[in-house]
Amino acid sequence: MPMTTLAGSRLRQRRQALGLRQGDVAERAGISASYLNLIEHNRRRVLPEVLARLALALGVPVEALAEGAEGGLLDDLRAAAGEAGDESGDPVAELDRIEDFASRFPGWAGVLAGLHRRAGGLVRAVEALNDRMSHDPHLQASLHEMLSAVSSVRSTAGILAETEDIPPDWRERFHRNLHQDAERLAVGAEALVAYLDGQGQADETGIAAPQEEVEAWLAARGWHLDAVEGGDAAAVAPQVAELASGAARVLGRAWAEQAAADAGAMPLAAFIAARGVGDDPLLLAARFGVTVPAVFRRIATLPGAVEGLVICDGSGTLTFRKPVAGFALPRFGAACPLWPLYGALSRPMVPIQAVVEATGGQRFAVRAFCQPSYPGGVGPGDFGGVELREAAMLILPALGGGAVLPVGSTCRICPRPACPARREPSIMAEAG
Amino acid sequence: MAGQVLLIEDEPNIAEAIRFLLGRQGWEVSVLGDGRAALVAVARRRPDLVILDLMLPGMSGMDVLLHLRADPATQNLPVMMLTAKGQGRDREAATRAGVSAFMTKPFANAEMVAAVRGLMEGA
Repeated sequence: MPMTTLAGSRLRQRRQALGLRQGDVAERAGISASYLNLIEHNRRRVLPEVLARLALALGVPVEALAEGAEGGLLDDLRAAAGEAGDESGDPVAELDRIEDFASRFPGWAGVLAGLHRRAGGLVRAVEALNDRMSHDPHLQASLHEMLSAVSSVRSTAGILAETEDIPPDWRERFHRNLHQDAERLAVGAEALVAYLDGQGQADETGIAAPQEEVEAWLAARGWHLDAVEGGDAAAVAPQVAELASGAARVLGRAWAEQAAADAGAMPLAAFIAARGVGDDPLLLAARFGVTVPAVFRRIATLPGAVEGLVICDGSGTLTFRKPVAGFALPRFGAACPLWPLYGALSRPMVPIQAVVEATGGQRFAVRAFCQPSYPGGVGPGDFGGVELREAAMLILPALGGGAVLPVGSTCRICPRPACPARREPSIMAEAG
Repeated sequence: MAGQVLLIEDEPNIAEAIRFLLGRQGWEVSVLGDGRAALVAVARRRPDLVILDLMLPGMSGMDVLLHLRADPATQNLPVMMLTAKGQGRDREAATRAGVSAFMTKPFANAEMVAAVRGLMEGA
């Protein structure tokens, strides 16, 4: 747990709330009163052992003093400063005074951080909307269908209204066509309205892709299918049946079977215990006799897991998305080519690790791995010699500095102007 | 003045309306819903005008246009392309490929008739 000087302010608050004197607390903790004074005014960092003794001296658990919420607050402030840079991208805020600011004006710091998070949420909502509008094949198909129906109605109605002597058989035909197209329009309009109304609730509209439906279904269950922990996918069949479309049910069943197999190979208690000893996915994979992507899946779907996960097939198409706050995942279309996921895809069996920075400034530690498989064996049958690749990338929020790779979600909505991997202009860039 | 129009359109209701409209003006209209079949038909009997929807199943309207322009026999055959609004890049490509005119869906009947007349008489 990283300790910063903000612990000092909390300490002071606590001590004063308890009506204790600096001298007494310092003595109990085995430090000098003047040192405690410096600590309380955030002029000295608190070593974990000292903090523990002070917590004891104050009769409070050490977590009450340690930086929990403040950690997030400082990160939010840094991210906000990073975004509000000048033309050359340099932050204008006084970053070296950030802890001072947060401890002296915790209220204002909270307001600033809150505004930044809200702005980030709005940007991500716009990203998702725009992503959907420009790349959603279902939306485009819906719109095309409606345009065709409108075109037919306009022409047909014009003929009926303006032609003086229509032969009866033609008139009948045109009336039938109008009726048919009116129905098409009604259905199309309803679906479109439901779709637009249901932004962010893909599973209710019926225009959602099956994959989205399944992801929403999993998200509603906290990404963990408790029923299959016994290793039997059928245990979750009633829930799979809730999925609206047939295709989603197929995908849902496949995911359940995969999860059941994972649970069988990596029993929950043993897996959590093994992770506690060492969190290395390659070692865990070897220990449980599974592939590295399987370990990633298990990690990301443990109860309460904070890790995000993306999986792609050999074409680079994302086949699974478990999001994590601050790391935007594109819905349709292709993702950011700089994602380590794709580095792994091109180097099967080679583990890739990196720290990336999302467009909002948050940093994430990612691990990527590509597992090839040979469903047709060597041959000579169908698909003999065919290599399938599946790459997975585990995403964990990270703190700290050091070398980072700046990434985005997808080029069209990514604000990074000088990225060498940019494949198309961004709507976020300034016109011209 | 009888002219031969080949309409390549897979939406039956639009096809019927256009067939009626142009038929009323005295032109002979045949309809095919498939690009490949249309190219075969054109090779057998060259029409005076081809109306071609950009969005076709199978071979795209763009590919049909490119084929027509690549063949010396149909290099200068008048071709009108039906597009939806907002297909700017496709329209540019079609213009470069040598399309004679565009008609945006949804079209006004009078506009369609006027455009066809212009292409038939101008050829």
